[in-house]
Amino acid sequence: MSDLALIAAVSILTAGLSVAFGAIGPALGEGRAAAAALSAIAQQPDSASTLSRTLFVSLAMIESTAIYCFVVAMIVLFANPFWDQALQAAQSAAG
Amino acid sequence: MELTPDETTLFSVWGLDINATVGFTWIVMILLTITSILITRNLRPDVPPNRWRTTLEVIVTAIQSQIEEISPRASRHVLYFSGTLFLFIAFSNLLLIVPGFRPPTASLSTTAALALSVLIAVPLFGITRQGIGGYLKTYIQPSVVMLPFNVISEFSRGISLAIRLYGNVMSGAVIAGILLGIAPFFFPVVMDVLGLLTGLIQAYIFAILATVYISSATATATAEKPLPKEKEK
Repeated sequence: MSDLALIAAVSILTAGLSVAFGAIGPALGEGRAAAAALSAIAQQPDSASTLSRTLFVSLAMIESTAIYCFVVAMIVLFANPFWDQALQAAQSAAG
Repeated sequence: MELTPDETTLFSVWGLDINATVGFTWIVMILLTITSILITRNLRPDVPPNRWRTTLEVIVTAIQSQIEEISPRASRHVLYFSGTLFLFIAFSNLLLIVPGFRPPTASLSTTAALALSVLIAVPLFGITRQGIGGYLKTYIQPSVVMLPFNVISEFSRGISLAIRLYGNVMSGAVIAGILLGIAPFFFPVVMDVLGLLTGLIQAYIFAILATVYISSATATATAEKPLPKEKEK
């Protein structure tokens, strides 16, 4: 397997894995946060506005961990530094 | 696929390439400044407020009340700083609906610059409130052992601020781009609506986190004093 093919295969696999594993944790965490907020709203409907605002902020902060993994996957797929290096090496080797 | 608007060149001035990030940042800045100047031109007590001035007052009052909830004794400069951050990020994200406009917040350079300004503003606000010694003392709280961790947390919060905003806005653009290739008729519209919601929430979070960091840097000295007793209900 050439260098380019190896880099491409590993990049695609890693991108899929990082999004997959990066989605598990935040999904569980967001589920717990939403469940807790819903039960809190059911107990105290008066403070629903404060609760939902806090819920939105905390959901976005939890979600940012998934976003980090997504950013890493995007970098690996579309802005991979090793890919350009290997491409240049292959071109200079070819002629 | 383009991940950032950095790679698109709008025009060149004297051999200097102005890329889409910088150009659209200027457009947002000009839009905000000109609109505010036009609205507040006749700011006199004898002139009755028109609907634009009322809109602006509603926005500013909302930002002020949000800051009040976080730190009740914040200085007015916190309002200027966080409010500017919120308005800039929110408008860059909301102008997504204009065809051809690419949010400058979808570039890591913009969000890194915004996070850097927060990183610089936090010590500035802390030093103006409690002096250099008082501010530096917060780094060795609760003990000297925590000094490296406090320094690390200062930098990691800046990095996480930058990556969070960039990732959220960029992922919306990338997903809309991918869906354009798969289901071009209806789905991208739905994803754009989601992008608008995410953009507003991220702007809110960025401003709120900046306010929280600033208030935690300024409130340490006052928090050591015993707080006035809460009213028992």
